[in-house]
Amino acid sequence: MSDQTGSAGVVLKYTVSPDDFTRAGEASSKVKNILKQMGISPDVIRKVSIAMYEGEINMVIHAHGGEITVTITPQEVLMELKDVGPGIEDVEKAMKAGYSTAPEQVRALGFGAGMGLPNMQGCTDEMKVETELGVGTTITMSVHMEDK
Amino acid sequence: MTINELIKQLPLTIISEGDLSREISKVFCCDLLSVAMGKAPADCAWVTVMGNVNTLAVASLTDAACVTLAEGTVLDEVVVEQAKTQGITVLATTEPVFDMALQIHQKLTAE
Repeated sequence: MSDQTGSAGVVLKYTVSPDDFTRAGEASSKVKNILKQMGISPDVIRKVSIAMYEGEINMVIHAHGGEITVTITPQEVLMELKDVGPGIEDVEKAMKAGYSTAPEQVRALGFGAGMGLPNMQGCTDEMKVETELGVGTTITMSVHMEDK
Repeated sequence: MTINELIKQLPLTIISEGDLSREISKVFCCDLLSVAMGKAPADCAWVTVMGNVNTLAVASLTDAACVTLAEGTVLDEVVVEQAKTQGITVLATTEPVFDMALQIHQKLTAE
């Protein structure tokens, strides 16, 4: 992890390890703690934590890990999840609750119910999925800070 | 009602002790972590039979007050240690999910 503070806000970078379910969630937990320390509202923290954890799990299940960049500004928390995995064949289907291509061992752990992308969309104010088969997927999500 | 008050009134044992003075908002039941992730309310008492390291991650990220493992579900020692390190309260009971959830609900609404 590295972080830097500049005019663009606080930038945090994380690497998600492939195929390691015991470590999935580490990056989300760290971001959660940083947001807490910054005094961000609990509702925003919850949305960011859930969206990012779902993204992390997806990267572990489907994409052999990847890179996450989180940018915190006074207006929003911006998350970019980038992997060089297989890509998503049908994004529209993948966005539907209940649609899943997760393997059996993942389902046995309580995941893979086809709720990941819908949960991520539900928790964020903006979400963009860019994917290319055989190249990888980049998901950009934004959670807006509440009006004070 | 706080976690501490709940433990005194119901057949629950402490597996990992976090902040027992936390107020419980409501009871929540779900074994599918994907669903719990999206639906578990903050400060809930989450009753489940899914006891693995990911249960802890979901409890922590959704800000659940405590995890209650039903049906005599046991956690690996490594996972117990992790819960303690992270300050997540994990309770256990031999009762079924519904029975325990109902009892928690009754205690919460009797207040």
